[in-house]
Amino acid sequence: MADYILETRKLSKEFKGFAAVSDVNLQVERGHIHALIGPNGAGKTTVFNLLTKFLTPTAGTILFNGKDITGEKPAQIALKGVIRSFQISAVFPNLTPLENVRLALQRSTGNSHQFWKSDRCLQKLEGRALELLDQVGLSGLAGEVTGELAYGRKRALEIATTLALEPELILLDEPTQGMGAEDVDRITSLVKRVSANRTILMVEHNLKVVSTLADRITVLQRGSILAEGPYAEVSRNPQVLEAYMGSEHV
Amino acid sequence: MNKILWAVLIGMGLLAPFVVYPVFMMKLLCFGLFAAAFNLLLGYTGLLSFGHAAFFGGASYVTGYLVKSVGLTPELGVLGGTLSAALLGYAVGSLAIRRQGIYFAMVTLALAQIVYFVALKAPFTGGEDGLQGIPRGDLFGLIDLGRVYTVGGSPLGLNLYYFIFFMFCLGFWIIYRTIHSPFGHVLKAIRENETRAVSLGYQVERFKLMAFVISATLAGMAGAMKSLVFQLASLTDVSWHASGEVVLMTLLGGVGTVLGPLVGAFTVVTLQSELSSVGSWITVIIGAIFVVCVLLFRRGVVGELSRLLKRPL
Ligand SMILES: Nc1ncnc2c1ncn2[C@@H]1O[C@H](COP(=O)(O)OP(=O)(O)O)[C@@H](O)[C@H]1O
Ligand SMILES: [Mg+2]
Repeated sequence: MADYILETRKLSKEFKGFAAVSDVNLQVERGHIHALIGPNGAGKTTVFNLLTKFLTPTAGTILFNGKDITGEKPAQIALKGVIRSFQISAVFPNLTPLENVRLALQRSTGNSHQFWKSDRCLQKLEGRALELLDQVGLSGLAGEVTGELAYGRKRALEIATTLALEPELILLDEPTQGMGAEDVDRITSLVKRVSANRTILMVEHNLKVVSTLADRITVLQRGSILAEGPYAEVSRNPQVLEAYMGSEHV
Repeated sequence: MNKILWAVLIGMGLLAPFVVYPVFMMKLLCFGLFAAAFNLLLGYTGLLSFGHAAFFGGASYVTGYLVKSVGLTPELGVLGGTLSAALLGYAVGSLAIRRQGIYFAMVTLALAQIVYFVALKAPFTGGEDGLQGIPRGDLFGLIDLGRVYTVGGSPLGLNLYYFIFFMFCLGFWIIYRTIHSPFGHVLKAIRENETRAVSLGYQVERFKLMAFVISATLAGMAGAMKSLVFQLASLTDVSWHASGEVVLMTLLGGVGTVLGPLVGAFTVVTLQSELSSVGSWITVIIGAIFVVCVLLFRRGVVGELSRLLKRPL
């Protein structure tokens, strides 16, 4: 039997009677890059919000490493090693990229409640922060104002910040959305690189990115799973072709 | 910020009573600390409290009561007032942080109005008159805070001044330390992007509550000091006007800057005393100055200065 890091059972979410997500049974295998695709409004972001408990499911359970985490709070989910990114880039805009990453590193030091201590104790995290920034090609911009960086760079920073937490499972919500071809390539190879020893669940619209990266694909449509399997298989599924891929298919 | 600047500021504080009327100077220090404490919440955590007068004024009543009716020494009175603000801050904060944005402000305002009502009606607060004639007493039972020295022909209450100046420095140092601590960095992250802070695993409610309590405690300390300076605890300091004034001071000086609240508080208090002769027009004039400043310097005086100098102030 396969080793699933994340499973959902009959996961459902209703917004005032509208079923945004219904009976989703998702299984993400450890070590995979798993892509969640589907047309706009299919419920992909909602699934992410449910998995990280930013939304409370109407029904269903979520298992992480075999343990039921359905009742946990968002910060606790993060502490367990599930770190998400957001569809709209999530950075701390008035801080520097270095400070952004350092904030993630700071969490595991256990000194975050110490208001009586000088922040000089954070300096020892800077080496590691620079390493992470270097990994995503941002080491030259470590001291800039994050809010003024180009969009693609903010997304790269977000990934560096996420990596700083050494997550077991990374959830990426459309990491290449709104990017030019060059940035898309950069993020694609970045995701590929950081996927070593990790599991990644990503929402992605760009099918080229999906076909390059994903070990497995789940297609969501109107809140339900339409198809699941390896790219080659799913991309030949007539229902999927009709519902989603259509002429986009390459 | 560099050491020279701090040395100059402390030197100015030490020499001030020989240049400026000491009571006026102490008023500046009390409001400066009040605004700095408020700014910890608005400027560094992104929470707008519209009820901070409850802590400032509330503590001044408690200190007044402890010193006048219980007969405690002034340092214990200030300690008691400050602790009462911490407790009140914990209670108000626990309720308020469950709400966001404008609702947070409304909860703090509503709870502060309850404190105002208590100050008006309770048997030990002196109703409309407030607590008057609070004795300054002897510090540690040894040093007479009421003592007046004659320097160059003018009477100066130096004991009280240096006690107040010391308390101000202590409070301001705690705020400075908090801002520049590991904790302070998490507060800034919450201010910048709360959901992201949550998704990194920070339990933001806990951080917000701690920030709220620290802020309330130091606002209370400022109020406790003020009751010794003016020997008075009055309804003015618990009213919503005082809550609004501290917002104004902070915005004027520069929200989210270390020195901004001091500059803002000093400006507003100075204007109030300089313009006191024009009577009720004073509110209009200060309001107009405020509008002009906000239009000209969106980040406040110190905020703009800090941008020009490209360094945090
Ligand atoms: N907080 C919400 N309240 C009401 N409806 C929502 C909410 N969030 C999402 N929805 C609805 O749920 C559906 C799925 O949205 P979403 O998960 O964002 O889709 P996707 O990410 O696949 O494009 C959409 O119809 C959207 O309007
Ligand atoms: Mg989406």
